Amino acid sequence: MAIEHSPVQLTKADFASDQMVKWCPGCGDHAILASILGIFPEIGYKKENFCVVSGIGCSSRFPYYVNTYGFHGIHGRAGAIATGVKIANPHLSVWIASGDGDATAIGGNHFIHLIRRNMDMNYILFNNRIYGLTKGQYSPTTKQGQITKTSPFGVIDYPFNPGELVIGARGTFFARAIDNSPKTLGEVCRAMAAHDGAAIVEVLQNCVIFNDKTHSEVTDREFKEERQLWLEQDKPMIFGKNRDKGIILRGNHLEVVEIGKNGITENDLLVHDATRENTGVHMMLAQMRPPEFPMAFGVIRAYKAPTYQQLFEKQMEEAKQDATIKCVDDLLNSGDTWEV
Amino acid sequence: MTTKTLNEKENVVVRFVGDSGDGMQLSGTLFSETAALDGNDIATFPDYPAEIRAPHNTVAGVSGFQVQIGKRIYSSGDNCDVLVAMNPASLKSNLKWAKKGGIIIVDIDTFTDDTIQKAGYTNNPLEDDSLSSYILVKAPMTTMTVETVKDIFTDKKSAERSRNMFALGMIFYIFSKDLTHTDAYLEKKFKKKPDVVAANKAVVRAGYNFCENTDVLQAEKAKVEQAEMPKGKYRNITGNIATAWGLLAAAEKANLPLFLGSYPITPATDILIELAKHKSLGAKVFQAEDEIAGICSAIGASFAGAMACTSTSGPGLSLKSEAIGLAVMTELPLVIVDVQRGGPSTGLPTKTEQSDLYQALFGRNGEAPCIVIAASSSANSFYYAFEAARLSLEHMTPTILLTDGYLGNGSQLFRIPKMSELPTINPPFATPNDPTYLPYKRNPETLVREWAIPGMEGLRHRIGGLEKLDGKGSVSTDNANHQLMVNNRAEKVQKVADRLPDQKVYGDDNADLLVVGWGGTEGALKLAVEELREEGKKIAFTHFNYIMPLPKNTGDILKKYKKIIVCELNMGQFVNYLRMNFENIPFLQYNKVKGLPFEVSELKDKFKQILGE
Ligand SMILES: Cc1ncc(C[n+]2csc(CCOP(=O)(O)OP(=O)(O)O)c2C)c(N)n1
Ligand code: SF4
Ligand SMILES: [Mg+2]
Repeated sequence: MAIEHSPVQLTKADFASDQMVKWCPGCGDHAILASILGIFPEIGYKKENFCVVSGIGCSSRFPYYVNTYGFHGIHGRAGAIATGVKIANPHLSVWIASGDGDATAIGGNHFIHLIRRNMDMNYILFNNRIYGLTKGQYSPTTKQGQITKTSPFGVIDYPFNPGELVIGARGTFFARAIDNSPKTLGEVCRAMAAHDGAAIVEVLQNCVIFNDKTHSEVTDREFKEERQLWLEQDKPMIFGKNRDKGIILRGNHLEVVEIGKNGITENDLLVHDATRENTGVHMMLAQMRPPEFPMAFGVIRAYKAPTYQQLFEKQMEEAKQDATIKCVDDLLNSGDTWEV
Repeated sequence: MTTKTLNEKENVVVRFVGDSGDGMQLSGTLFSETAALDGNDIATFPDYPAEIRAPHNTVAGVSGFQVQIGKRIYSSGDNCDVLVAMNPASLKSNLKWAKKGGIIIVDIDTFTDDTIQKAGYTNNPLEDDSLSSYILVKAPMTTMTVETVKDIFTDKKSAERSRNMFALGMIFYIFSKDLTHTDAYLEKKFKKKPDVVAANKAVVRAGYNFCENTDVLQAEKAKVEQAEMPKGKYRNITGNIATAWGLLAAAEKANLPLFLGSYPITPATDILIELAKHKSLGAKVFQAEDEIAGICSAIGASFAGAMACTSTSGPGLSLKSEAIGLAVMTELPLVIVDVQRGGPSTGLPTKTEQSDLYQALFGRNGEAPCIVIAASSSANSFYYAFEAARLSLEHMTPTILLTDGYLGNGSQLFRIPKMSELPTINPPFATPNDPTYLPYKRNPETLVREWAIPGMEGLRHRIGGLEKLDGKGSVSTDNANHQLMVNNRAEKVQKVADRLPDQKVYGDDNADLLVVGWGGTEGALKLAVEELREEGKKIAFTHFNYIMPLPKNTGDILKKYKKIIVCELNMGQFVNYLRMNFENIPFLQYNKVKGLPFEVSELKDKFKQILGE
């Protein structure tokens, strides 16, 4: 759906809000905010055409810090609220900010359904693997065994992997990024904005207060090259400090290989294609995690399919063309009526 | 023997009952429509079984349709003058509705040992004298139907399918109705199946002629009085369709797209089904994944500038509670339709009740007042749905419209209005680029804030569920501000009363008893009071459609009467609300929670008893 562009070039300042940002110093949310403030002017829509919706949580404070139309909803319901915004006005660029609890616990139902419907919106999932705002209870993405305030003996729940949920719900777009890597975060958000349909970006976000270093096994400087695979469209899947490792598809599973060993060359590596309809490889990529695999980052899946809005507006148009009932007077007088 | 039971009656009630698959809804509908075309007023009520496919010939599988036709019709009636029972189970479960001395028509062919036993009878009720106080008409409907269509359908199953038309033909004879409407219906419905059209037409006539030729009725033909209705164009309409259309009418008047976010639930689903048809009118209908998504999507749509609605029944309203609070806090227009059913929990999904009033008034966390209004007939659901939308849009306040299963599924004649006759709707839109715009700046008279819609230039703002600073609308935890905002939200709702019509009373100022009702019980209450007045009793009646806030003259009315009885299909929710508002008035109450509407007779008995005290 076409969204009207700004006649003038906007800048970061156009989207800066007058509200004091109240996240803890060092919280990963600051970096995500900075990225978004950077790309909104780049996207180029009129500033009135952005609408940012959230639920409840630290991350859901997001709309207050961006000077757009914004709606701070109730816990878990950001997706449902945003759905209404976008159906009512498909000419808005709709963004969602939601925490792991907001999106996958209380709001899990809305999350999978907006994905299934391919609602045309941009969904940033702030995954700090903890309930931040309520001060540190485990969430559906908290690691098994972790001690939190509500799991004094360790979490026994099996965690969700948001990527699996998105792809399992027939999502058309899933990408993963890290809060402390602004360049890649920006790239991923740009790709998300360019995608027509439900675009979900999972940001590994650090909560310095209640879950510090929860993502450190992939984000720590010492081994991040060994544990992060940055996917690029049509490029072979290579990673490692010396860019000497890669991913191949053996049979029906993925495998890490060393380039140059056992006769493996770059040509043997799996080439990334985010655009395929088939979810098989995308799912396997989303599932990869250390120690056996690196974790996949960047755009894992970006498959083009008609959006809910396109299908919805098409039906509306067609119905109007064929209609015999064109106004409520017509409706009231349709069917069996008689004069007294 | 000649009976005069049906002669020269003002109103007559006919009830068609049979197995779920017997086509009773169709017979009932065709009879009702024919009567309406013939100048009778009508009101109908379908009585569906809770199970979709209950075992054949059991009481659980009985489906019914009741219609009252005549001169002044306020409801589909209590007991029936004519009961058409297509099998033993339907007779067994519906005999209690038949008036003593009334006509019972049965398909005698269905009374076999097996079906009699399945229905829970020990003896054949047609043979043991248990029906001696009724005029029992034993018609061999099945055999005669099969015989009538033997040249069209050779298999018995197809042939028997038209039995409902035989019953309908008999009823047409009794009430001297002509068959034109039914013929036209059949020709249109089965356009591509000329066999079916021919068979059904023949069977209606067979039923009609059967009565004429055999004198089975032992009765003269009935004459029911014509209605004295205001001139105009009419149609038959159910409460749910009327509600849907009222919302569409409001959206057109307000010049806004209608958005409905809804999740199916009995007995409210028909509103969703109806609105889903009207894409050509710009209705944006979203079947959500649950009730919470239904209302939250509507809140999002409202924020984005649509006339937003959500429709549900009791359990769904419970799920929506938190989000209604969000709409209260964000002060966005939103219509929440609750077609009430028996509760608590899943309760009695297919039965009617008025027990969601407390929930509508108080069922939210925090101080969270909404506008609450109630429709009181199937037809006026149109106007109250329109009104709910108008008040909500103009006062930027969520509005709950209460109807119920009885109104929603029941039908009535509806005088078709012209859109030009309906009031205008003027939402308080903000002006783009208004430098003085603040999200929570209020109109000093109405306390209503302005509606700035995403996309409008120069009005970007953020709202949400956290308490707002007066005026600016930013997040505020200030103590005094919270008190102020709570007061403002409450006062804003109270100020709606400035624009409501006065509450009206039917009957005398000096009556000995004032009967008070609200919502779907109006028909039965009004008739009971009218009949008592005709009997010379000094009794008056006032019926509430506006509940929160109450019309301004409510207290003045209530203070006039020595005795007041508040009647409702719950354990006393409205009466307690009145007690809360008018402390010194001693209210009596009459309550019923059987999943059934009031019967005029029980109301009259109760009122007479009080008048005698
Ligand atoms: C209906 C409801 N239940 C519970 C809460 C309490 N609550 C607020 S935020 C939150 C969890 C937040 O965690 P997450 O969504 O991961 O966001 P984060 O704070 O970590 O960014 C909870 C349980 C609430 N506000 N509303
Ligand atoms: S509690 Fe954690 S998630 Fe919340 S603001 Fe502080 S660091 Fe960020
Ligand atoms: Mg979290």
